[in-house]
Amino acid sequence: MKMTPDETVFWSHGFVTINLTLVTTWAIMLFMVVGAKLITRDLKSNNKISRWQCVLEIIVTSINEQINDLGLPKSELYIGFIGTLFLFVAMCNFWIILPWYQPPTGSLSTTTALALCVFLSVPYFGIQKSGIGGYLKTYIQPTFIMLPFNIISELSRTLALAVRLFGNIMSGVMIIGILLSITPLFIPLVMKALGLLTGMVQAYIFSILATVYIAAAVQESVKKDKKIKKKLTTN
Amino acid sequence: MQINWFTVIAQILNFLVLVWLMKRYLYKPILSMIDDREKKIAGQLADAKTKKNEAKAEQDEFNKKNEVFEQQKKDMMDKATAEAGVLSQKLQDDAKTKAKNLQDKLEKTVQEQQADLNKQLQQKTEQGVFAITKKVLADLADVNFEEQSVNVFVKQISNIKDDEKDLFKKALLSASGSILVQSAFDLSEKQQSGIKSAVIKMLGSNPSFQFKTSTALLGGIELTTNGYKLAWSITEYVSSFEKSIAASNQQIPVTEKKHHAVK
Repeated sequence: MKMTPDETVFWSHGFVTINLTLVTTWAIMLFMVVGAKLITRDLKSNNKISRWQCVLEIIVTSINEQINDLGLPKSELYIGFIGTLFLFVAMCNFWIILPWYQPPTGSLSTTTALALCVFLSVPYFGIQKSGIGGYLKTYIQPTFIMLPFNIISELSRTLALAVRLFGNIMSGVMIIGILLSITPLFIPLVMKALGLLTGMVQAYIFSILATVYIAAAVQESVKKDKKIKKKLTTN
Repeated sequence: MQINWFTVIAQILNFLVLVWLMKRYLYKPILSMIDDREKKIAGQLADAKTKKNEAKAEQDEFNKKNEVFEQQKKDMMDKATAEAGVLSQKLQDDAKTKAKNLQDKLEKTVQEQQADLNKQLQQKTEQGVFAITKKVLADLADVNFEEQSVNVFVKQISNIKDDEKDLFKKALLSASGSILVQSAFDLSEKQQSGIKSAVIKMLGSNPSFQFKTSTALLGGIELTTNGYKLAWSITEYVSSFEKSIAASNQQIPVTEKKHHAVK
């Protein structure tokens, strides 16, 4: 039994390997982009909108609100990254309802890639918001003694992100595989349903954590902005 | 359970591409569309508010105009009432003036009628007196009235005062010596010669005479020459009687009664 889709290799040439993880990812990407394109090609701003447009609006506005609730005021700056993170993970996990499907998130390579993206996005958004100096200052908050701990925290949380998602999804797939060989009827179905729930929860947790990390990096400058605004209003 | 680093790099790239694509095809269009809708709704709300304000302003203006119109109507009504009052007063005054004129005219007419009546009465009285006198004289004294009146006239000529005589002479001279003798009855030759001789005696000259009969001279004789007149007639005797009749007529308040009726 193959533990991850990485092990199913279609084509390999030296370092380059085309495995099931990549193929499935491309398929999901294609599905998402084509779906988004199809639905958004005929958007209407009046009251008579299509059902699919309504669904997409709900998803997008919900993500937007979540980002806002977590302390990122200009959510449109982050929705591209955080929203895609959520939708991609959710899509990967959603298709486990199909038989013989192995989600790309069950591959440690994919989760590592996503965790690395989050790891890199934190300084990216932090620097974008408050400059290099402002961002680096967050490492010596509240005192410079905290610097090593902050660095360790940064690395460990990335590792935790990658392993958490991978562990959850992979274990779900593993449990279903094992159960299929023991009790082929009914029980795997229930477990798939449970896996679907777990997958959605993981997608949510992954994107929420990413948002929290980004918010923590951006927070300092947001606080400063608020102080300035408060001063302006009191004056 | 190993990490395939090529897959990691490929997945990172895949993810970044997906982020770009999703931004382009999902988030941007949806968010901009939502913004558009919000703007449209805000615009519609603002428009509705503006229209509401405009409607309120128009209503206020309408109310204001209505008030002004009411005021103007009231003013015009007051003005019209005042004008009507003035006109009514004027018409009343006109009517009163006309009534007064009519009344005056009526009074004048009545007075004229009265005068006419008086004149007729006078003439009738004169005629009556003349006829009675004539008859009385004839019956009682067996005297001819005409003859007697000529005698009286001749006597009057003879007894004329000197100053009057001078005036008569002057008048006669300016009239180139012509004297007109008018009488109510035809004078006989004898009577004419009597008058002629009396005049000649008074003047001391012989002017030309012209004799005429005039019914207007009621029972009298008249001698005229260029504005100077010497006459005798029954009229003088009647005048006192006439006066008494006029006085009695004035006592009849005919016009007074009419005057009250007009008022």
